[in-house]
Amino acid sequence: MTTGVMPRSTRLNRAKRRGVSGMMVALTYLAAALATLPLLFIVIHIVKLGAGAISVDLFTKMPQPVGEAGGGMANAISGTLILIGIAAAVGVPVGIGAGLYLAEHKRTPLANTVRFLSDVLNGIPSIVMGIFAWQLLVRPVGHFSALSGGVALGAMIIPLVTRTTEEMIRIVPNSLREAALALGYQRWRTSLSVILRTAMPGIVTGALVAIARIAGETAPLLFTAFGNQFWSTSLRQPIAALPLQIFTYAISPYDEWHSLAWAGALVLIGIVLIISIAARFATRSRFGAAVD
Amino acid sequence: MTADTEFDDRLLATEPDSTRHLEVPVARHVFPNADRPTTTAGTDASVARLEATGLNAYFGQQHAVKDVTLTLDPRSVTAIIGPSGCGKSTLLRCLNRMHETVPGARTSGSVTLDGEQLYGDGTSAIAVRRHVGMVFQRPTPFPTMSIRDNVAAGLRTQGSAPSRAHIDDIVEDALRRAALWQEVKDRLRTGAIALSGGQQQRLCIARALATKPRVLLLDEPTASLDPSSTQKIEELVYELRSTVTVGIVTHNMQQAARVSDRTAFMLDGALIEAASTNTLFTAPSDPRTEAYITGRFG
Repeated sequence: MTTGVMPRSTRLNRAKRRGVSGMMVALTYLAAALATLPLLFIVIHIVKLGAGAISVDLFTKMPQPVGEAGGGMANAISGTLILIGIAAAVGVPVGIGAGLYLAEHKRTPLANTVRFLSDVLNGIPSIVMGIFAWQLLVRPVGHFSALSGGVALGAMIIPLVTRTTEEMIRIVPNSLREAALALGYQRWRTSLSVILRTAMPGIVTGALVAIARIAGETAPLLFTAFGNQFWSTSLRQPIAALPLQIFTYAISPYDEWHSLAWAGALVLIGIVLIISIAARFATRSRFGAAVD
Repeated sequence: MTADTEFDDRLLATEPDSTRHLEVPVARHVFPNADRPTTTAGTDASVARLEATGLNAYFGQQHAVKDVTLTLDPRSVTAIIGPSGCGKSTLLRCLNRMHETVPGARTSGSVTLDGEQLYGDGTSAIAVRRHVGMVFQRPTPFPTMSIRDNVAAGLRTQGSAPSRAHIDDIVEDALRRAALWQEVKDRLRTGAIALSGGQQQRLCIARALATKPRVLLLDEPTASLDPSSTQKIEELVYELRSTVTVGIVTHNMQQAARVSDRTAFMLDGALIEAASTNTLFTAPSDPRTEAYITGRFG
């Protein structure tokens, strides 16, 4: 640096470049910290307020009327799990199928249309999904149901799974497709047992991330699943859900309901966390190697 | 045998002939049709003569293979050499109808396997590829499958899947033929991608051999391998000629000289000259062949 061979202006430039570089690095650190801070604050806050109300009763008991001690959210927890199950059953197969189609027919007019509409669907407000499911499944039947809530959530999953499936299939090397075809595989078999199978860890991850994302949705459930104060596992009846229960408790004027709402929020975050961890494990393929 | 009658219902039109003997007894159960002669009675089961006549191949407007007439003789290795982009890989890919899997690709002319049209009406590309196997430049083991399942991958495409025990026998036989058995016999259930590049390529050869193809096409099989792996593959190719007709594309003239019985030289999509390997390398009849093999271009 101090060889003296360099002209003075170059040395100045270098000092300036170092300064700018250091500043930019600091800015990226700051941005990274800012990106994680909200999550940290939310989690700390919810744990602080909700942990006290976490008990066995929360998972096993039914909600109690105001004024009576104890009570839990067993119906809401089971309801949320049921809704997630319906949503996955509705959304994941359709999403994977659509993604497979888009990846295999990249530039046909139909594929371009589907891809565009899928992006639009992804941007539709979640309450509109609720209206859609209401129109489709509540109005004709005349009453709210778990099924309609699951379908609303499932419709939200579809574009997410479609997109990740397409991306994951696209990174499967074409040489594998050729190898399968050269073995005498039919085209459908090549797609299913070689291409889709190779891309599966990524697709499963994408599906789990999508499910984690809709697990806490409230708006689509307001006039579909509706909520239920009683124990119900029927798909044809209104069903309780954690987000709805939290909403009901949070806007109430009672302190014990408030703390139950915090506990419910903590449980909901726990469910999402478990799904996210499962997604992490799914990325490991059977033979310990990622898709390349 | 009755359970196997669904085997490959799209087999090139054939006459059942139970009098044919098979070299591997177990294979009789699994592949009752595998060695069936496709045409004339009296043809030896292992004869497989692949003939391209007036073959043209196109990618859209580009004329990649121009009026090529070439025969892959039974029980021999035919090498196709030529500079990069001369159409030798495309020619090879026309011989098992892989060319048509590329969008915009098409062919004209005829290719026959023991007299049977591969591009005939009612002949499916799927059936053709079961009889004419292929190995590519880069090893392509299926990453989600174990070594065993990779070798057995082609078996499952057939109408009725062989039993587990038969699959084990076929896998062992194929791995032995591909000179890989000794190295992997203790870890057949482990992932195929853990193998070295050379082992992966031999695995791909075993996978292609497991379905008992009559012709095996190799598209620059050693291009991505180190010298010692290359040598193993070359020895293997030399061995294979006794059981399967082999066509090999290579940009390496020494390799062609080492492994092949006949060599074809291509230039700009046209077949310039095809002769016994000895003749082609010592006394080529076309000045362009001579210029190429003496290193004046390409």
